[in-house]
Amino acid sequence: MDFYFGLAQIIGVHTLIGLSAYIVLLTGQVSLAQAGFFAVGAYAAGMLTVLAGWAILPALAASALLGAAVACAVGFPALRVKGLMLVIATLAFGEGVRLFFFNFDYQVAKGGVKLGPLGGEGFRQIRYFPENGWTTMDVMLFIWAFVVLTMALLWWFDRSRYGAVLRAVGEDELAAQSVGLNLTAVKVSAMTVGGAIAGLGGGIYAHYTTHIEHASFGILLATFAIAYPILGGLGSVFGTLLAAVFVQGFLVEGLRFLGDWRNLLFGALIVVAMNVRPRGFLDAPTLLWLKRLFARTGGGSGAA
Amino acid sequence: MALLELKGVSRHFGGVRAVDGLDLAVEPGQVFGLIGPNGSGKSTTVNLVAGLFPLTAGAIAFEGRSLEALPTHLRLQAGIARTFQNIRLFGQLSVWQNLWVAQNSPEDRARHGFLARWLGGQSGARDEILPLLEFSGLAHKRDELASNLSFGEQRRLELARAMATRPKLLLLDEPAAGMNSEEVGQLRERILSLRGRGVTILLVEHVMELVMGVTDRIAVLNFGQKIAEGTPAEIQADPAVRKAYLGGEAA
Repeated sequence: MDFYFGLAQIIGVHTLIGLSAYIVLLTGQVSLAQAGFFAVGAYAAGMLTVLAGWAILPALAASALLGAAVACAVGFPALRVKGLMLVIATLAFGEGVRLFFFNFDYQVAKGGVKLGPLGGEGFRQIRYFPENGWTTMDVMLFIWAFVVLTMALLWWFDRSRYGAVLRAVGEDELAAQSVGLNLTAVKVSAMTVGGAIAGLGGGIYAHYTTHIEHASFGILLATFAIAYPILGGLGSVFGTLLAAVFVQGFLVEGLRFLGDWRNLLFGALIVVAMNVRPRGFLDAPTLLWLKRLFARTGGGSGAA
Repeated sequence: MALLELKGVSRHFGGVRAVDGLDLAVEPGQVFGLIGPNGSGKSTTVNLVAGLFPLTAGAIAFEGRSLEALPTHLRLQAGIARTFQNIRLFGQLSVWQNLWVAQNSPEDRARHGFLARWLGGQSGARDEILPLLEFSGLAHKRDELASNLSFGEQRRLELARAMATRPKLLLLDEPAAGMNSEEVGQLRERILSLRGRGVTILLVEHVMELVMGVTDRIAVLNFGQKIAEGTPAEIQADPAVRKAYLGGEAA
């Protein structure tokens, strides 16, 4: 059973980083910086619980805030460029963060043992969960509580005027400006919310793996982050969840028996999925169909 | 005092003088027509007022204040709204959402608190949006995606979206393009109804049936310069205008 709980933990954390890219993608921006915010959150939360002795919740709140602050600071200069230029700028930022942690030493002696980040060796012994007697299931439920909360928040955004404004900016910047919307403010706000979600995800990731190192926060993670919402479709937050389950649950774990052939099939299946559903799993027509199906089968109250 | 005043406004694109030393004064409450052959600088003038690109020379004032330092979104908040020659709606948003995102006027910001304005649901904006839906005849399509509307409906929605910003000055860039004569008639009624509410309108248009029927004053552009200005009757009789439109010698 622990295997499945462990898998659920991975899917949960990947859903969070996917959601952090989802809100940025709504404004039409492709950001490869999400892995960087994720790394900042991971190191910050780990250092707070291990070195400063904080409890997990305040440490996660701090990592989310830090992720938001860094994303906001990066957003102002980065969002002056568009399209491929933005991809390169955010990629450079993400690699910069990774290389920072590659060189980052901050070790403190605790009870005879030196703890804390040690450059390329990484940051070991982030043992808040085992020290406090959490089981794998406890941790899994803890992670999914945050996934549900984040999805609820983004789902609410989607139904509010803010969500409509994000999509309006993503669709036509000139028209959005011409109805009085401040493009910079809207884009930076999305980046900031995305940074908070990535920071939170990173903080959780650091604690369930107990060992983080710079190599985990590279271009591969950044690519996964934008792949989930694109594969899942930008019509709804549930698309990102579906894509994280599909990729981590089916492609990565489910095909493990194929050995080295897995990576080949992995790429091929993504290509097939995007060809069959070019606008993602949950695009606007599919959502409409689901909504009608739900209304007809008497789901009633929730279908409004 | 004129609501909108252009003094010696020029905009050059490389060697092309799209607008060249243009003077215009639009009085409050007027429907001001801007006509001229293709490429005479009408749309460029609208884009300059809306702030899409900077002036090469000259000055634009709105309510006596210079517009030069204001970026596009602040000009809109100051009371200038526009429609586009080639319709630019948010196609993947519903009709209601298209109007909703446009509520950025100071009045709207004062009416609701920050959180209610940004994170509130659709029902919070009913009082403002329902009249706009009535005005545009789209009340029965409020949940339809804008991209699924017919051409005429899209034009009406774009006009309603501009009105959702509560403009003092409305820039209409060829609103009758592609319309049949019945639709032009309905558009004419809408423009007159807006004029009745005190909205000043700068109308760029090729369809003379509309221009001559609704405008108080008309300026004629040719090669970026104003060649005539006056009432519709004066313009119709002007030999320079006839020459610009028909070519060759004036009759």
